[in-house]
Amino acid sequence: MSAGLLTSSAVPPRADELPRLLAGAATGPVGLAAHHERFGMLGLVDDPIELAAAAGLLGRGGGAFPLARKLAAVQSAASRRGSAAVVVANAAEGEPASIKDRVLLSQAPHLVLDGLRVAAAATGATTAYLFVRSDTVLVRAAAQALTERSARRLDPVPVTLVQVAPRFIAGEESAVVHRLAGGDAIPTYTPDLVSERGVGGRPTLVSNVETLAHLALAARFGATWFRAVGTATAPGSMLVTVHRDGSPAGVREVAIGTRLSSLLPVTDSEAVLIGGYHGAWVSRSAAAQLRLDDDELAAVGASRGAGVLAVLPPDRCGVVETARLLRYLALESAGQCGPCLNGLPRIAVAMADLASGRARPDVLGNLRRWAGLVVGRGACHHPDGSVRLLASALTAFGPEVEQHLAGRCSRPGGRPFLPTPGVSDLGALR
Amino acid sequence: MSSSVLWYLSRSTGMVLLVLLSFTAVLGILIHSRARVQWLPSFAVTGLHRNASLLAVVLLVIHVATAVLDPFVSISWLSVVVPFTSHYEPVWMGLGALSLDIMLAVVVTSLLRERIGHRTWRAVHVLNYAMYPLAVVHGIGAASDLQSGVLLLISVVCVAAVAGAAGWRLVDALRHVPPRRRVVVQLAAAEAVGTRR
Amino acid sequence: MSERLQLDPTRCDGHGGCAELLPELIRLDEWGFPQLTAAERAGSPVPSALHRHARRAVTLCPTLALRLITTPPKDRQA
Repeated sequence: MSAGLLTSSAVPPRADELPRLLAGAATGPVGLAAHHERFGMLGLVDDPIELAAAAGLLGRGGGAFPLARKLAAVQSAASRRGSAAVVVANAAEGEPASIKDRVLLSQAPHLVLDGLRVAAAATGATTAYLFVRSDTVLVRAAAQALTERSARRLDPVPVTLVQVAPRFIAGEESAVVHRLAGGDAIPTYTPDLVSERGVGGRPTLVSNVETLAHLALAARFGATWFRAVGTATAPGSMLVTVHRDGSPAGVREVAIGTRLSSLLPVTDSEAVLIGGYHGAWVSRSAAAQLRLDDDELAAVGASRGAGVLAVLPPDRCGVVETARLLRYLALESAGQCGPCLNGLPRIAVAMADLASGRARPDVLGNLRRWAGLVVGRGACHHPDGSVRLLASALTAFGPEVEQHLAGRCSRPGGRPFLPTPGVSDLGALR
Repeated sequence: MSSSVLWYLSRSTGMVLLVLLSFTAVLGILIHSRARVQWLPSFAVTGLHRNASLLAVVLLVIHVATAVLDPFVSISWLSVVVPFTSHYEPVWMGLGALSLDIMLAVVVTSLLRERIGHRTWRAVHVLNYAMYPLAVVHGIGAASDLQSGVLLLISVVCVAAVAGAAGWRLVDALRHVPPRRRVVVQLAAAEAVGTRR
Repeated sequence: MSERLQLDPTRCDGHGGCAELLPELIRLDEWGFPQLTAAERAGSPVPSALHRHARRAVTLCPTLALRLITTPPKDRQA
């Protein structure tokens, strides 16, 4: 279990200084030499699992699951079953509103790959994958970084680059495993966890690239350094993708626990979308007080998710916007599970009718009933996440929903705000 | 038991088998296509399919045993399972042996379905589409009394029913909508219904 | 050893036979797809009085979507 990693590190950067991950990476990908100059060589890690536990590192892909527990589960399954583990750095980033994994991997690929190396050592893996959204710039940066590393023989476990077509559910754990096994990147229903039986039936760790990049920093500078920012229960920094009116989506690295109002013009907007399309709309009044803290977010039905923060522009209607998101989510279903296949299209259409102000009065009853019928009944969490968004919208945009039931829209004619690839604008509004 | 009793038993079980296998084949196709039978609950259709198939196995044992034991013709136990080794009517008996082998494989995999998994089970179950015509040709070739009269009529009705169901199933398969596309179809259907005033 | 029901939603085509055979634990939703009762979803074992019926529902599921398994409920990660 002890990881034989080489050499020592440079002087740690100041622990409370941000950005950590994206330090000095604003202009193009950081090459190996510059990477080592900035962060030092990756040092020896005695017990990476213990380190991840001490650092309190939580997954940054959406689930916020403790990395140490994931690592330990894979490591113990591997030794118990005598089967070598597989580690996967996940940059599928199917969420259209999130670009943070792309930005991280294309700017700081070596930090991610260092993290993957630590994860491989922690689990005793003999196979490693970099699972990447098929995006030309991203793939080129990743391939170049892998070439640099293999020339230096930096990774004891060679890393294979695998591309995946952009799709909302492509990054879901079982979809990743299915794709790596040669199938489509769609979720599967398996009674076993992938940490027990994943790629080729081997214990598999699927970890978000940002999580691994944080692990690489913790491995260099230690748990105490890592915990210098963030909250007690969710230490460290996180990447967020910020959407606001009039400027392109941007990635920022912020301390977990940061007040939302310090990041976004919360007071201009009716509501803020937190997490992503499986996340929640939070009304302005709630958002104004909110910090990016797991407990506070949970209290308003939200979570950090994949770090999407979107301030709905003041001239845009939240009901119309959500209707378009729900249509996108319905179309992104793999169509494998009856409840999702039956429920999400009906929900999307009902929401579109509500958005256009032509819905029957019983539309809310239908929406709530259908939402209840899809929760917990899919192979993945796609239906659950989609109806979470719906429920949050009905609450956060309550007054606007009433307007729409009466056939009016108080902000008509607004252009689409958040990206929904493959959904025509007319489709949502009809 | 006299030879003629064995002979009649073998002939009659063969005939009943044709009807029973046709029945269970049509049911199987109905089940796969999720077609509803008005006056039968879904589980009853599946149950009938299963029980009729198991009954067919019992009849098959009688059919084969009586044929082998009948001293009038010489059919060895070996040639019952190994195709084209019979001295008596090698071609017709060979086809019968082939369909018997398939049927045994189908029944065994069906009984072990939970253990072997759906995929393997299906791969074997599809062989039924070969088993049925083999069995029919075996019957018509070997039994001269099937070649005319009421028995011919029954045979024709049975084969027509199975062929019709299989043809319908084929059309259904050709119209198969891949899962991803199903979502779009559902969305269009939901739009057609709508929740509008 | 107690067993519990497991429904693979990717496999289920909504034939509905299971709900006919085991209405105590399985209902059909408004689209004809089976829904385990809340207790079953939470991983409760099948009551012994219903075990025979559950067994039959599993045997007669055309797509093998319904299973009886002896392992504890899946503790989903992440």
